[in-house]
Amino acid sequence: MISFILNNQSVETALPPGSTVLDFVRYHKNLKGTKIGCREGDCGACNILVGGFENDKLVYRSMTSCLMPLGNAHVKHIVTVEGINLSPTKTSLPQLSPVQKAMVDTNGTQCGFCTIGFIMSFTGFTFQQTKKYEDAIAAIDGNICRCTGYKSIERAAKLIIEKIKDKPAKDIIAWLTDNGFLPSYFKNIEQRLKDLKSKIAEPISVLHETSVEGVLGGGTDLIVQKPLAIKKSANELVFNRKDLKGVFEKEGVIYLGASVTVTDFAESPVIQQSFSELKQQIKYISSTAIRNMATIAGNFVNASPIGDMTVYFLALDASIVLNNNGKQRTIKLKDFYRGYKTIDKEKEEIIETILFSAQAKNTHFNFEKVSKRKYLDIASVNSAASITLNRNVISDIHLSAGGVAPFPKYLNATCNFLKGKTINDSTLREAMEILNSEISPISDARGSAGYKRLLLRQLFLAHFLKAYGPEPVQKILVP
Amino acid sequence: MKQKSTDTAVTTTTTSVNFVNIDAAGHVTGKSIYVDDVPLMEGTLYAKIFDSPVAHGVIKNIDYSGAEKMEGVVKIFSAHDIPGENEIGGIVHDEPLLAENEVYFQGQPILIIVAETEDAAEEALKGITIEIDPLPVVTDPKEAFHQNLLLSKSRTFQKGDTTSAFAQCKYIFEGEAETGGQEHLYLETQGAYAYPLEQDFLKIYSSTQGLRHVQETVAAVLGVGMHKIEVDTTRLGGGFGGKEDQAAMWASAAGLAAWILKKPVKCVPHRMEDMRMTGKRNPYKADYKIGVDDEYNIIAYEATYYQNGGAAADLSPAILERTLFHGTNSYAIPHVKLTAHSCKTNLPPNTAFRGFGGPQGMFMVESAIDHAAKALLVDAAMLQRKNIMSDGYEFSYGQVVADSKAEACWDDAVVQYDLDKIKADVDTFNNKNVFDKKGISLMPVCFGISFTNTMMNQARALVHVYWDGTVSVSTGAVEMGQGVNTKMLQVAAKAFGINPSKIKIETTNTTRVANTSPSAASATADLNGKALQIACDEILERLTLLVRNLFKAGENDAVSFVYDKIFINGIETGMHWEELVQKAFAARINLSSKGHYATPVINFDKSIEKGHPFAYHVYGTAITVVTVDCVRGTYEFDAVHVVHDCGTSINTAIDLGQCEGGLVQGMGWMTMEDVVYNQEGKLLSNALSTYKIPDIYSVPKEINFHFLDTEGSEMAIEKSKAVGEPPLMYGIGAFFAIRNAMLAFNSNAIIPYTAPMTPEKVLMGLYSNTK
Repeated sequence: MISFILNNQSVETALPPGSTVLDFVRYHKNLKGTKIGCREGDCGACNILVGGFENDKLVYRSMTSCLMPLGNAHVKHIVTVEGINLSPTKTSLPQLSPVQKAMVDTNGTQCGFCTIGFIMSFTGFTFQQTKKYEDAIAAIDGNICRCTGYKSIERAAKLIIEKIKDKPAKDIIAWLTDNGFLPSYFKNIEQRLKDLKSKIAEPISVLHETSVEGVLGGGTDLIVQKPLAIKKSANELVFNRKDLKGVFEKEGVIYLGASVTVTDFAESPVIQQSFSELKQQIKYISSTAIRNMATIAGNFVNASPIGDMTVYFLALDASIVLNNNGKQRTIKLKDFYRGYKTIDKEKEEIIETILFSAQAKNTHFNFEKVSKRKYLDIASVNSAASITLNRNVISDIHLSAGGVAPFPKYLNATCNFLKGKTINDSTLREAMEILNSEISPISDARGSAGYKRLLLRQLFLAHFLKAYGPEPVQKILVP
Repeated sequence: MKQKSTDTAVTTTTTSVNFVNIDAAGHVTGKSIYVDDVPLMEGTLYAKIFDSPVAHGVIKNIDYSGAEKMEGVVKIFSAHDIPGENEIGGIVHDEPLLAENEVYFQGQPILIIVAETEDAAEEALKGITIEIDPLPVVTDPKEAFHQNLLLSKSRTFQKGDTTSAFAQCKYIFEGEAETGGQEHLYLETQGAYAYPLEQDFLKIYSSTQGLRHVQETVAAVLGVGMHKIEVDTTRLGGGFGGKEDQAAMWASAAGLAAWILKKPVKCVPHRMEDMRMTGKRNPYKADYKIGVDDEYNIIAYEATYYQNGGAAADLSPAILERTLFHGTNSYAIPHVKLTAHSCKTNLPPNTAFRGFGGPQGMFMVESAIDHAAKALLVDAAMLQRKNIMSDGYEFSYGQVVADSKAEACWDDAVVQYDLDKIKADVDTFNNKNVFDKKGISLMPVCFGISFTNTMMNQARALVHVYWDGTVSVSTGAVEMGQGVNTKMLQVAAKAFGINPSKIKIETTNTTRVANTSPSAASATADLNGKALQIACDEILERLTLLVRNLFKAGENDAVSFVYDKIFINGIETGMHWEELVQKAFAARINLSSKGHYATPVINFDKSIEKGHPFAYHVYGTAITVVTVDCVRGTYEFDAVHVVHDCGTSINTAIDLGQCEGGLVQGMGWMTMEDVVYNQEGKLLSNALSTYKIPDIYSVPKEINFHFLDTEGSEMAIEKSKAVGEPPLMYGIGAFFAIRNAMLAFNSNAIIPYTAPMTPEKVLMGLYSNTK
């Protein structure tokens, strides 16, 4: 049985762990406030909040319920809009939370279909320490409003910032309930979840007794691709497995558990110390709600030719540890890819750990991505670079690119050429030729092959623009 | 104590311009109901559509016998199961509900699968096999035109004599321009929920802007009278034109199954099904020719439009007409000839989208002007301003401009936002920066209000005053986020002088208000609001007579209804609204009324393509500033500054929402929204992952709307001019601003007038024509 708390109600269900939280709340619990916009995590209309323990602390994160496997709700607090609505007053007028009221007062809701998603994302924001306007906006980076009333929604965000200015750094949930952001039952959730946890004997991964057909992480890819199949098959759920969590550094090597999400990665102090532009880079990768669900290992296994995190880690020259019922092997990520959606992995193997060497001081790490829409989009081309400079000499370099080959590409030939070279425009021009020869983009909805070639050249130059400065790039680009 | 009232006081209580949208509280608490939220009735079944996998061909064989036997499947319907007409076309009857012999586009419905669960219906889809003999696929409108594949009669609007005028022009420029499609992407997909009532009646909850079309289509499909079909719409999670005629297919599918199986049937598609099966904004190609004299007056303009209509007419013939109406946008051009062809291609039937062909017509003339300006080495804004129309100009369709605000909006924008300083700042920036360049554009808009089909400019409202003084209002208006219900509430509250909490705006329902025009053409609040005023006035007239009788007042004494109280000559009578209503009921006075409104003055004679089709025009001017990253080919909008003519806004909060939303939606159309079909007519941008609409970060950092201080039009509701569509066209400025920034980086760049200006086109343009 999957056991969790849905709003203020304890719930047990024997429904398939691979069915979605969205269908559960709408069609089994009749909570129709959560809307269906796209069923692929791209609109945010179904955003909910998920509360769970991270390092023994109750943390709430926004997630897209359309892609969240019901099994991942096990021992969590699932919050839909019905769970944040305050009880009606005697006048029967709905009593609104400050977040809801801000959206009303600024006319931040037009047709209303996306509104709940915004309300949930904004409410999720109020759980955080930050009181910055830009972070309130970042919280709704996965919410699409087709009435395109974003300016009103920005005004709502400003009002919300105003309303949380006295929020303390500690005991945030208590403050939120005292100030009408949340109903009072939230105060007891931490204890109720602890009680639930101690009561539940069965671990999440053996929810199914039949043989395991596949591994399901955050659901952000598999449930987009084949929701019916995932619902019907027995999957090993790894998202909440404690042994696969955690980011740490040991002797100059950084280790990530396989169920580490993009958010876990971005919030890790170890990672934040290593990557100075991390916050901006991560913004290019899907949305807050998806990053809260998507595992990095899942991105690797998906093997999408434009997988953002894969391209990111290729340039870190990362390795992965595969485990087959106790039998481990370690391979370079760049050797993991064999062809379109073909990877060097046995059916029974799962990725256990991801590791890479900590960045040297004179190493510049850069991630570039261009898509039709700057954020919350799939790349036309993405590229990452780790360039180690000894003055103007490239002592080491790792380059990767997505969208230019059948799988995420480690640009081996270009790297080999550039190692040991002095940076100047002629070196870069030569490298551009080699780069062009080792890619094979195709035309599709994300751009023509010719565009992708040109774009990768530009992103390649952008890496050097950032690592080295404008001079050689300007010589090449400016007409 | 008796007190005096004034009209101003009324304004602040019941028709405050900041009156909050009445749906807002329901929206933020998740209590608002959309079709998929309607509580299910026992035994509800689910319908899924099996659609054509190829864009053009003859169905050789189709086998669904296995699928029909699958677990949970109740019945699979084909064209043979349709008791009435297999036809859902609106203007032209050229579109079957279910394809029978030939398929004309990928995504064309062929079968309806009805099952006990949605999953079972979806599983059944996989059990169907189809063999189709392929036929040639045409996706390009010009190619279709050359093959004489047309959906309707070609049309020409003209004034003066372009041929001889071009002979007089010092400069003539010719070129091609093109606009892309636009997916509506209403966040709520299409959908309908039908259930049988007794005596073979059917009730349908439909997510539609056009209830009449849904009602008449379902009735025709079933072969029954319209009276047997009741259509009810609470609200839409967005429509934007996509649910005007195209809602009928989903309602017909659910209706057909419910009718035959005598069970409730719901048909709500998955997003990808919706995107694949429904039409979008019509893409256009055009050839233009513009003639300018040595004082930069535009003397002559010719354009030939090739509208991509898709596989069936749908609303394309009407959209084509509006392209012609707006072919010269805000410009006074003495010699004009505009010809438009509605071309039949193998794409899903394209349809209404906010602006309805107007934006396409405007983009072409703006391209022509920009082309001329660049060739003449002058500022396009100079050429635009020089030729902006004023009162007395006669459009190519014969209507004479009156009360024009075109010049006022332009000039106000230039002053309000200090265009000179904006330009100087852009120049400074461009001189300082190598890899980033800024660009500016100005975009004037003149948009006609009324359905161009004169017949459709009518509306009705039904008002009941209950004997406790509360009020029920039904109109033909559909709430889809544009706030029309709030405006209707304001109209009724002002008319009766009662607290808005006493009024309920009912769902839109064909039983209460018949023969509705769709909520479209920006005219919904005008038409339905006027009808509502008429209905309220009738009741008020009866009540006024009663008041005169009760208080022995004469015909010349003014009776007014304010603050829930009754006044005579501004003096409080001491009688409250409730008391009056009860007395009226006791006196057997009719407390219900039906208002009917037909827009006066307007007319249009298609045989000569002349007339006075619009009640009035809406004007405005937008200044757009963009920054282009010339390394990556991406862009961010610094600001859009607009002066807009709202008349006297009845609700500035709602109107501002429409303005800002319309603008950004238009910018989306011009920038990232890229509808991509391949040669085989397969939609490649078939999901939210591949079709991108603006998100919070795509919006200009700054948007300013200044509402021009004007009287408004008597033809508009409370002189508050229509606001639904016009702001979308400010978005066209985005294209030209980006183009100008690109030229600042590479003055030799070759940049076709082809929208949308995706990052791909930007990057390819930036590095075009270089050594």
